[in-house]
Amino acid sequence: MPDQFLYATEVFINGLMAGVLYALVALGFVLIYKASGIFNYAQGVMALFAAMTLVGIMNGQVPFSHIINAIFGTEIHHFGWHVPAFLAILLTVGVMVIFAWLVQRLVMRHLVGQEPIILFMATIGLAYFLEGVSDLMWGSEIKKLDVGLPQGGSFWIEDMTAGLGSDNFYGFFIDNLDMVATVVAALLVTGLVLFSQYTKQGRAMRAVADDHQAALSVGISLNFIWVLVWSVAGFVALVAGIMWGTKSGVQFSLSLIALKALPVLMLGGFTSIPGAIVGGLIIGVGEKMFEFWIGPLVGGATENWFAYVLALLFLVFRPQGLFGEKIIERV
Amino acid sequence: MNDMTPEGYTTADGRNIGGVVMEMKNITLRFGGVVAIKDISFDIRQGEIRAIIGPNGAGKSSMLNVISGFYNPQEGEVWYKGERRPPMKPYQVAQQGIARTFQNIALFEGMTVLDNVMTGRLREMKAGLFSQAIWKGRAEREEVENRAVVEKVIDFLEIQHIRKTPVGRLPYGLKKRVELARALAAEPSILLLDEPMAGMNVEEKEDMSRFILDVNDEFGTTIALIEHDMGVVMDLSDRVVVMDYGKKIGDGTPDEVRNNQDVIDAYLGVSND
Repeated sequence: MPDQFLYATEVFINGLMAGVLYALVALGFVLIYKASGIFNYAQGVMALFAAMTLVGIMNGQVPFSHIINAIFGTEIHHFGWHVPAFLAILLTVGVMVIFAWLVQRLVMRHLVGQEPIILFMATIGLAYFLEGVSDLMWGSEIKKLDVGLPQGGSFWIEDMTAGLGSDNFYGFFIDNLDMVATVVAALLVTGLVLFSQYTKQGRAMRAVADDHQAALSVGISLNFIWVLVWSVAGFVALVAGIMWGTKSGVQFSLSLIALKALPVLMLGGFTSIPGAIVGGLIIGVGEKMFEFWIGPLVGGATENWFAYVLALLFLVFRPQGLFGEKIIERV
Repeated sequence: MNDMTPEGYTTADGRNIGGVVMEMKNITLRFGGVVAIKDISFDIRQGEIRAIIGPNGAGKSSMLNVISGFYNPQEGEVWYKGERRPPMKPYQVAQQGIARTFQNIALFEGMTVLDNVMTGRLREMKAGLFSQAIWKGRAEREEVENRAVVEKVIDFLEIQHIRKTPVGRLPYGLKKRVELARALAAEPSILLLDEPMAGMNVEEKEDMSRFILDVNDEFGTTIALIEHDMGVVMDLSDRVVVMDYGKKIGDGTPDEVRNNQDVIDAYLGVSND
């Protein structure tokens, strides 16, 4: 087989896996948007907050230690214990549920029935607030996150595929972490789809997403469902935070992955879970392939803008995205 | 209606009506300075079809919203199954077994007919979040049991052929029927219907009337309905409350109401000379 083709295949596979990570972030947006019509700008920061909390708990860091030390003149930074990854993840899920409850209780509840733009502004405020809280709580330095996921290229795949091309071809380089992320994302999405299709709470979630008044009339508590949805979104944010945090360290630029999720949503549609997945994959593959073929011709760095141009094209020709509900106004 | 006792009464067509399920006592509802309902009292009895009628703006829908918890009255008491009901959220009222439909249809447009009707069963499904997440044990059993009830209702209202159709695609008359199915699936102790015949043609109205009578007959469901089509109401209901400008101007069997001078004035207008 020609090496050029093999390289393209390798780029394609890596693109798919990058796409999975984009899809993970986009998924959090879709969940909240579907259930409450809120475009949650804070989703990226939630991933950051979740990852920082996880690292903080694992390392036994004292939350708000800077403030505590400044006020009381003490010098405490660590509890001096290490929490195993699994337990720390469970505790972080707990923190995200409390966060969801607080958001609902203190912010969203008071804005029921407001214009979408007002809700959107509220989530922008929430994003910056949460970013500040993360900083105060756990400090601003870049942290290493290791929950025991395999990292680095898979030698096995490299060895198995090395023989396909000529002597210059060393086999596919595929990151173990990316493969784990793909499996985790697949499980997560399957779980979410089954949950929303076949369970009481899932059905209630869809009902609330569709019509608030009707949901009330069949005995669904809107508050409870919104807390549930924000909790699930928090959980998805945690998963995304773990993957991205393991890959590139837990740092504040993590919150910017939210921006990468935007083109994914425009492609897939804001209301579709499968759309978020397919959109993520298309963007992932698209930007890697574009960089591979067209990149050298225009001097590279196409990955920075390719996704947005693609999203723009979609906005012009298919504004509801690939899977979004068709926008029809009956007159 | 002279034979009316606390235990119940017998209707003209020979059905036995039971005791009081719900009683409204001196309800007053205001929106700012506007008095939508003024000191109204009436009761709803087990197994009867009770209508609330009146011209536009009489406060009928407000009354229904008070019963279903969408509005809380400033004055007066709501008694349900012999107990005074504290101010409640609509979802809590629904959980107590009061199901309703809406004048402008409130269905989950993106979901199938089957899923819509299944939401009516949410109250009956008590499996915990965890059991549902793994879909084993109680969650699975409940899903199957409730599905059986839902299929029965779907069969009863003759909407089997559209079970898997998303509601958004259905014509108006069928949507109304799906909404009735969803309310009925809850096996409510009181079924509230807000203008079930509004916007329908004669044939659809006849269908809907038949379904309402059948539901009452087959399941013994207590039904309270609002309607301003006098003809329909008189044929359907056992007892009628008449409202005008937020006040109660008549209460009794269709015949009694029909001959009530205040009611005739309200509907036909009265000359002031």
